Amino acid sequence: MKNTNYAGRRGGMIRGLSLAPYSVWALLFILVPLFFVAYYAFTDNSFHFTFGNITRFFTATSSVTDDSGTAREVHTYLLIFMRSLKLAVISTIICLIMGYPAAYIISKASGRTQKIMITLIMIPMWMNFLIRTYAWMTILQDTGIFNGLIGLLGLRPVHIIGTESAVVIGMVYDYFPYMILPIYSVMAKMDVKLIEAARDLGCNGFGVLHRVIWPLSLPGVFSGITMVLVPSISTFYISQKLGNGKFYLIGDAIEGQYVANNLHFAAAIAFILMVILLLCMAVMQRAANRRAAV
Amino acid sequence: MKPISKFYTALIMLFLFAPIAILLFFSFNEAKSLSVFSGFSLYWYRELLRDSETLGAVRNTLLLAVSAAVISTAMGTAAAVGINKLRSRYLRAAMDTVTNIPMINPDIITGISLMLMFVFVGRLFGAATSLSFWTMLIAHVTFCLPYVILQVLPKLQQMDKSLPEAAMDLGCTPLRAFLKVEIPEILPGVITGLIMAFTLSLDDFVISYFTAGNGFQTLPIRIYNMTKKTVTPKMYALATIIFFVILALLLISNLTDSDGKELRRRARKKHLKSKEVAST
Repeated sequence: MKNTNYAGRRGGMIRGLSLAPYSVWALLFILVPLFFVAYYAFTDNSFHFTFGNITRFFTATSSVTDDSGTAREVHTYLLIFMRSLKLAVISTIICLIMGYPAAYIISKASGRTQKIMITLIMIPMWMNFLIRTYAWMTILQDTGIFNGLIGLLGLRPVHIIGTESAVVIGMVYDYFPYMILPIYSVMAKMDVKLIEAARDLGCNGFGVLHRVIWPLSLPGVFSGITMVLVPSISTFYISQKLGNGKFYLIGDAIEGQYVANNLHFAAAIAFILMVILLLCMAVMQRAANRRAAV
Repeated sequence: MKPISKFYTALIMLFLFAPIAILLFFSFNEAKSLSVFSGFSLYWYRELLRDSETLGAVRNTLLLAVSAAVISTAMGTAAAVGINKLRSRYLRAAMDTVTNIPMINPDIITGISLMLMFVFVGRLFGAATSLSFWTMLIAHVTFCLPYVILQVLPKLQQMDKSLPEAAMDLGCTPLRAFLKVEIPEILPGVITGLIMAFTLSLDDFVISYFTAGNGFQTLPIRIYNMTKKTVTPKMYALATIIFFVILALLLISNLTDSDGKELRRRARKKHLKSKEVAST
């Protein structure tokens, strides 16, 4: 196509040059590293091609002793993966249930209040996440603050630390703002006239929520779900601290192999996690698109 | 707000801030305990100021965050300008996809992938440890870039395309038109991008963990090493200081943000007035 732009050739040159550093950078430090994950995942220690690391993920077994004292053989990494998925999904659902009404309430407040609330919600996000998690560890300990408060109410202390619930609490706390913020930003932009129109046409409160607000807020909901699910499925610190290291998650598995210098197997786990997440996101994207099309 | 809404928001805020309040409170504890308060003291703050390893980590973190923010903002802004002018739909889609990768990939995968490449390339050159300040800087610039681009690109799209063209019609070179017309228009996005890059770099633990060399320790990595052993209120004192610094930064950025808007509004009004005067 002939360039009719006033900038002419020189403009084109500047345009090309302005994108050049980033293109090179993205190639070298975004795309090539991903190739290295695959390369390490499919090679052994002497860089010969092998499926060994991938099959090890699916077939490695170990014996676990459950609470009743009976030992059984389990697929180590499949078990770890399913556990990560379960805890991440539970945390995401809790974040959504807690965050959706909060985002709605904030979006209905006055402009000033909205700004203050959103700033407040963002403050914990900027606190170091290791310290936040550690604070929960001291709260949930058997002799910690939570049990102290419960004791004041005359209730029996509960054992939380080292259970899956503690890990879920940590995940919800750490990633909760990532659920509220995208939902809020969609709701804040929502056209109030649509809600008024629905009311004028005889919709009751629940109808407005169900037929107008919820469908319109779905893009925010989907991005909130991704922003909570992805970090919680891949976390490796929360489970070590709040689960007392008893609930190995997929992130812990990767980190453990890295520390043990088994880089090829670490890459294999990372590769599998990446492929599964990509598939999940493709499915969610399609669901989102279909909803948008209806 | 309805009372029930108020109550619910209060509960959410309690959930978000209770751990932080506890942390602030116990940083003033006299004793070593993190759950039994025995008396007010600034002992742990004095201890913190004597901890040269942590202070060194603070210095490293700031050095890294400033470098990463400046480099990623410069490169990201240029990239946004280039992406915005791409005519080919496929090229544009390819660029968007690549830019999205570091944002949708879990941090652990970004970290592992960069680490694998650094280790491999380091081995090629026969280096025993290839991880250093420079590998960390590369990693930080890489994960900051998409956020900068996403801040600047919408500003470019909102900008009136005839503005730079008018400048060039009036005799500006493309470069001068860019500096004099486009840059002021996109400046708010560039500044937000810079601040985001800075805070992301400051707070990152996972990617730093995988790409850090032995010699270079940032604050999150120092905190990680502290929490491996029994934690004293010293770490809470550190957290308290971080909390107040963040609070101050947020307040300042909120204030300057509204000031900036006000200034731009006034400038536009003045400009319109002078136009009216000129036309009459």
